[in-house]
Amino acid sequence: MPHRKVGFGLGSIGAAVVNGVWRLGYASRFFMMTLISSGASFRRIHLTIREIYFSGVMSLIIILVSGLFVGMVLGLQGYETLQKYGSESALGSLVALSLVRELGPVLAALLFASRAGSAITAEIGLMKATEQLSAMEMMAVDPISRVVAPRFWAGVISMPLLAAMFSAIGVFGGYLVGVVFIGVDEGSFWSQMQAAVDFRQDIVNGVIKSVVFGIAVTAIALFEGYDAPPTAEGVSHATTRTVVTSALAVLGLDFILTVFMFRGV
Amino acid sequence: MERTTLDMWVGAFVVGGLIALLILAFKVGNLGGYDGSDTYKVYGEFDNIGGLKIKAPVKSSGVVVGRVSGIQFDNKAFQARVEIRLTKNYLFPKDTSAAILTSGLLGEQYIGLEAGGDEENLKNGDKFKLTQSAMVLEQLIGQALFNKAADEGGDKKSAQGGNKKAVVQ
Repeated sequence: MPHRKVGFGLGSIGAAVVNGVWRLGYASRFFMMTLISSGASFRRIHLTIREIYFSGVMSLIIILVSGLFVGMVLGLQGYETLQKYGSESALGSLVALSLVRELGPVLAALLFASRAGSAITAEIGLMKATEQLSAMEMMAVDPISRVVAPRFWAGVISMPLLAAMFSAIGVFGGYLVGVVFIGVDEGSFWSQMQAAVDFRQDIVNGVIKSVVFGIAVTAIALFEGYDAPPTAEGVSHATTRTVVTSALAVLGLDFILTVFMFRGV
Repeated sequence: MERTTLDMWVGAFVVGGLIALLILAFKVGNLGGYDGSDTYKVYGEFDNIGGLKIKAPVKSSGVVVGRVSGIQFDNKAFQARVEIRLTKNYLFPKDTSAAILTSGLLGEQYIGLEAGGDEENLKNGDKFKLTQSAMVLEQLIGQALFNKAADEGGDKKSAQGGNKKAVVQ
């Protein structure tokens, strides 16, 4: 009976589409609910501060060390290439522009997704699996405003700060390798950098990028945790999906934002 | 963890992030040096601006005195109209000339100002009377070839003239 097989194939495609759209709608409603019930995360600011500690402060080490090394590698590789054209003095602007515009926000967001995003998903997924969220509802405590919203705002606040620190220490790493080890002229390193980097065009746009990435990464992590099947396997899958989805979202959003921000510059 | 230590760590984190932003703004970016408020606008009309870009420096004797703030095409004169913002403390005579120059062989293009001798100074909204366009490599090569051909032609003629003279002698 070939027509039944065709019908089955079509059916599975339809089910996949319907499921995808349903999940997207559920995620949007969840995101809106988070925004609506985020009053408590500012009225009881201590909830948010606690989460900033766990997602922001605890990510500091990995962000600072990676930033330093990325800057140092940029300094080395940039010098190798620029030196062929006799323009080593442009090393400062190369390091600073690539960090402030792209690498700072993007790499900090990827590290944040794997360091803090996965932890958020696992925590909320496990809270759901052990029925802590249901228990809260029983006690008339809204789990979204008590658990989800503070984590969301903590991520949105931490992300730009982490990205700024990543870029700043990356520039220092580039300076360390370029000026201190290799011996590029210090004056031209800084002056070329300052001539090339514009506050409004480069730094503010970089900060906007990191805020958008913070929203995306934290919202994905929270949703995956909240939506995870309440089993050990479900939580583990949700944690994996958080990292994969946020990485793809960050890179995709980065392309879109770059097209709008730096076209024709 | 105790609440006060937690608060302290988060405070240090936020302050560190803000310091990093300030470092980016003042040490890495251009917020420290040139600020956009104390400037006046002057205009220059060029036949060809080459690769001049917005925010290119405007220099006089090698010192940055302003920046290019806008480039438009004037559809009546068929010329490029370049808007320049000069820093208020630098005043130039009315007959100052502007030229589009290149820093180094492959460097970026900038506008060089050569001060004139007029008593009055340029004011907001004034126009440069004398401008010099950007050097375009193809035109330059074309001109060099043309000159060479013209020279060779001239040489032939003079050579022939010489021969004639010789014949006459």
